[in-house]
Amino acid sequence: MARQPDGPPPPPTVQKLRIRYAKRGRLRFASHRDLARAIERALRRAQVPMAFSAGFSPHPKISYLGAAPTGAASEAEYLEIGLAERRDPEAVRAALDAALPEDVAVLECVEAGEGTGSLADRIDAAVWRVELPGVRLEELAPALEKFLAADVVTVAKRTKNGLKDIDARVAVAGASAAEGAGCAILHMVVRQVTPAVRPDDVLAALVAVADLRPPLPPRAVREAQGRLDDSGTVADPLGPDRAAGIPVPGAHAPV
Amino acid sequence: MTAQLSSAAGESLYPRLEPLLAQVQKPIQYVGGELNAQVKPWADADVHWALMYPDAYEVGLPNQGLMILYEVLNERPDALAERTYAVWPDLATLMRENGVPQFTVDGHRSVRDFDLLGVSFATELGYTNLLEALDLAGVPIHAIARDETHPVVVAGGHAAFNPEPVADFVDCAVLGDGEQAVGDITDVVKAWKAQGRPGGRVELLARLARVDGVYVPRFYAVGYGDDGAIAGVARTRDDVPAKVGKRTVMDLDEWPYPKTPLVPLAESVHERMSVEIFRGCTRGCRFCQAGMITRPVRERTITGIGSMVEQGLKATGYEEVGLLSLSSADHSEIAQVAKELADRYEGTNTGLSLPSTRVDAFNVTLANELSRNGRRSGLTFAPEGGSERIRRVINKTVSKEDLVRTVTAAYANGWTQVKLYFMCGLPTETDEDVLEIADLAVEVIRAGREASGRKDIRCTVSIGGFVPKPHTPFQWASQASAETIDHRLRVLRQKINEDRRIGRSIGLRYHDGKPGVIEGLLSRGDRRVGRVIERVWREGGKFDGWSEHFSYDRWVAAAAEELAPFGVDLDWYTTRERTEHEILPWDHLDSGLDKEWLWEDWQEALNEEEVADCRWTPCYDCGVCPTMGTEIQIGPTGRSLLPLTVV
Repeated sequence: MARQPDGPPPPPTVQKLRIRYAKRGRLRFASHRDLARAIERALRRAQVPMAFSAGFSPHPKISYLGAAPTGAASEAEYLEIGLAERRDPEAVRAALDAALPEDVAVLECVEAGEGTGSLADRIDAAVWRVELPGVRLEELAPALEKFLAADVVTVAKRTKNGLKDIDARVAVAGASAAEGAGCAILHMVVRQVTPAVRPDDVLAALVAVADLRPPLPPRAVREAQGRLDDSGTVADPLGPDRAAGIPVPGAHAPV
Repeated sequence: MTAQLSSAAGESLYPRLEPLLAQVQKPIQYVGGELNAQVKPWADADVHWALMYPDAYEVGLPNQGLMILYEVLNERPDALAERTYAVWPDLATLMRENGVPQFTVDGHRSVRDFDLLGVSFATELGYTNLLEALDLAGVPIHAIARDETHPVVVAGGHAAFNPEPVADFVDCAVLGDGEQAVGDITDVVKAWKAQGRPGGRVELLARLARVDGVYVPRFYAVGYGDDGAIAGVARTRDDVPAKVGKRTVMDLDEWPYPKTPLVPLAESVHERMSVEIFRGCTRGCRFCQAGMITRPVRERTITGIGSMVEQGLKATGYEEVGLLSLSSADHSEIAQVAKELADRYEGTNTGLSLPSTRVDAFNVTLANELSRNGRRSGLTFAPEGGSERIRRVINKTVSKEDLVRTVTAAYANGWTQVKLYFMCGLPTETDEDVLEIADLAVEVIRAGREASGRKDIRCTVSIGGFVPKPHTPFQWASQASAETIDHRLRVLRQKINEDRRIGRSIGLRYHDGKPGVIEGLLSRGDRRVGRVIERVWREGGKFDGWSEHFSYDRWVAAAAEELAPFGVDLDWYTTRERTEHEILPWDHLDSGLDKEWLWEDWQEALNEEEVADCRWTPCYDCGVCPTMGTEIQIGPTGRSLLPLTVV
C-alpha cells in the first residue's frame, strides 16, 4: 500500500474556477510547460487559496486545456483551478493578471456552473488568424482556393517518433484570405483532430498545393476556441457557466 | 567576424532577432522579460555592464553570483546591468547569417555597445563559450586587439583565481567576492569616461589594475625555463601590485542579495529560490577549491535569513527555498532556522532544502523540519571518498559506521531515496579505496531494508573524476589519467552488480574520465594553454560542459599541436606531480592561503593526517584572516524568527 504523509489530508476543493487567458508579444515563444510554471508561481504570488492533491508531493489542482503551440500567440487559452476556499472570481482574475507577466493577460474568470459538464467537452475547434509578412493577397488567395478545393492534402509532420504524414485538409472547417499591412492574412477555423493539425501544417499544405513560400516567418494567433456549430461559428466555452448564473458570493462566504 | 549592421548604441535588436526565434529550439530563453528583470533606459546610465554566464540560459539564469551583481549594479542610478548567456549553435548560425550580434536578454542590446562585459566562470569548461560570445558580439577575441570602443572583458567566479589560460582573452579578472569590486570598477570607468577617456584603453586598464582585487594580465610578463616550468612572473609597470589579493565581503546581513530573484519562464536547472546562509567554509576538505578560496566563514544571521526568505518568496512565488552554502548544516543556528522557517510557512506547501549536507552534521529532526511543509525529495550526502583511509587523505573524515547509521536513520524515517556522492582518482587512491564504495552501498541497503522494513529503498551512487585545483593542498598532485578513472569505475560497477539482490537497489551514475582531464588542463594551466583553447574554439568547440558537444579528441589534438613548440604537453599539465618550489601559474594571485601552509597540508594528506575546523578549534595558520584582514563571523545570535503577520 502506498504510504501517506503524517497529518490530515489536504483540504478539499470547494470551488472550481474556469479561466481564459491570452499569451501575446514575446511570450508567444513560451511553451505550454513554461506557461504552466509561470501560472503556478503567479497563483502563489497572488495568494489564491489553491486546493492541493494528497501525497508526499502535493500539487496544486490546475488543469490546462490544449495549449497553443510554442511560437503562436493566443487570445483564447483555457484552464481550470480548484480552490480550497471560496473567492470572488473577478478578484482572482485581477490578482492573477497582476501577478503574471505583462504579455500574459487573464481575460475572464468564472465559477464552474453546477451540472454544466466539463470544459474540455465544450472545445472542439479553434479560430486562427495567421499573418504572412511579405506575402501579397494575390498570392495567398489562389493558394488557399487550391487547398480548399482539394479533398486531401498530405504534409509531413514532425512528431516524437519522427516525420509522419498527416492530412491537413480534413481539419480545416473554413478559411479565408485578407489583406493586412505588409502582409496577407489567413483566417481559418480548425477542428481538433488526432494527430493535431496546427497552423504550421496548413502553411506546409499551401507549399504543397501552390508552392506558397512566405519569405519571413508567419505569425499565428489563436483568436477563439469552442464548439463548432453547423453554421461554422465557434461558441464561447464559458457560456454555460455564465448561464448557470451563480450569484457571485462574497470572498469570505462560510464554507 | 560577424557582419554588423550599424545601429545606435543601446538600441534593441529584438525586431531583427524575432524572425530568427521562430526557427530555433526553446526560443523563450532568448526573449527576456523574466519576473524581476530590469531594463533601464540606456542614456540614464554612465556605465553599462553586460553580465554573462558562459553556458546555456537554463544553467546560467539561476546563478546566484550573477543575480547578485545584476541587482547591486542596477541599484546604482549611474549604472545599468543586463544579462547575456551562451546562445545555442542553432541560433548562433542564424545570427551570423543575418548579422545579429551577441545580445543581452533584458534590453536585447548589442554586447558590443556596453562598457564592460563581466563573465562569471564557475567552471573552466565555459572558456570556449567566452570566445564564441566575443566573436558573435563583434569584439576581437584577443584583449590586445581591442580599442577603447570595445567593452572591457572582466572575468570573475571561482575559476578567475587562475585566469592564466584565458589571460589573452580577458582584460582583467576579479578575485573573490564581487559585490564591492563591481562598484569600485564602475567608479573607475565612470571617471575615465567623464574625463574624456584619457590615455585610451591602456590607461583605463592601468587604473583598474590599482583597484583592490583586480588583476590585469597584460601588465604581468611570464617567463619559462628550459624544463617548461615558469621561471618567473614580473610586472611590466610599477604602478600595479606585485601580487593581487582577493576581495572579501564582511557582514553578509549588509548584503541581502538577491532581494528579488529572477524567475524565468523557461525551465532552469534550479526550480527554487536560494538564500545564501553563509559564505566560506573551513572544514578543510583538501580537494575543495571553493572551501579554500572563500575563507573565512561568514554567516548570515537567523533574522537576516528570515527576511530574505520572506522577501524572496513574495517576489517570486517559488515553492522551495534552498538554504545555500558550502555546507549548510554547519550554520551555527541551522536547527532554529529550519524549525522556525517551517513554523512560519506551516500549511503553505513551501519546502526548504539544504543542497549540501555533511553526513556528520545531518540529523533526522533537521531533515523532518526541512520537508515539513513541502515535498519530501531525496537526501544527498557527499562522503567523497570510498574508504576511511582516503577520507583521511582528503580531510573529510567520517567513519563507515556513522555513515551507515545516518543513512539508515533516514530510511527508517520514511526517506526511500538516498544519493551518495563520491570522487574517484584522489591522490594516493588505489582500486581498493574505490571498491569500498560498493561495500558501503551494500551495507547501507542491507541496514536500510532492515530498519525500514521495506524492500523498495534505493541508494544512488554518483561518482566523478577528481580534478586538482589551484589554491588547494592538492594543487601539486598528479591527476589520475582518464584510463585510471575509467578502470576504477569499471571495477566498481562490476562489484556493485555482483549480488543482484542488493545491487538492483543501487544505482550508479558516473561520467567517464575524459572531460575531467581537459578540465584539469584548464584548471592548472598557464598562459600557453590559451592557444589550445583558441584552437579548439576555431575548430568548432563550444558548450564543453555538455557531453553532446564536448570533443575529447579535438582537445587532445589541439593540445598536442599547440603545446609542442613549448616542450610541454597535456600530461605535463595534468598527470605530472609538481615539486614544492615550482612556480605555479597562480602564485602571484593571492587567495590569502599561505603557500607553505598549503604544502604542509599536502604533506599531511599524504600521511593521512586530519586537520580540524578552525571554527571550533584553535587557528592552524592557513594565513587567510591575517593576510586579508578578515575574521570568522559566526553565531549563535540567540535571536529567533517571529511568526509572520498575516495581512
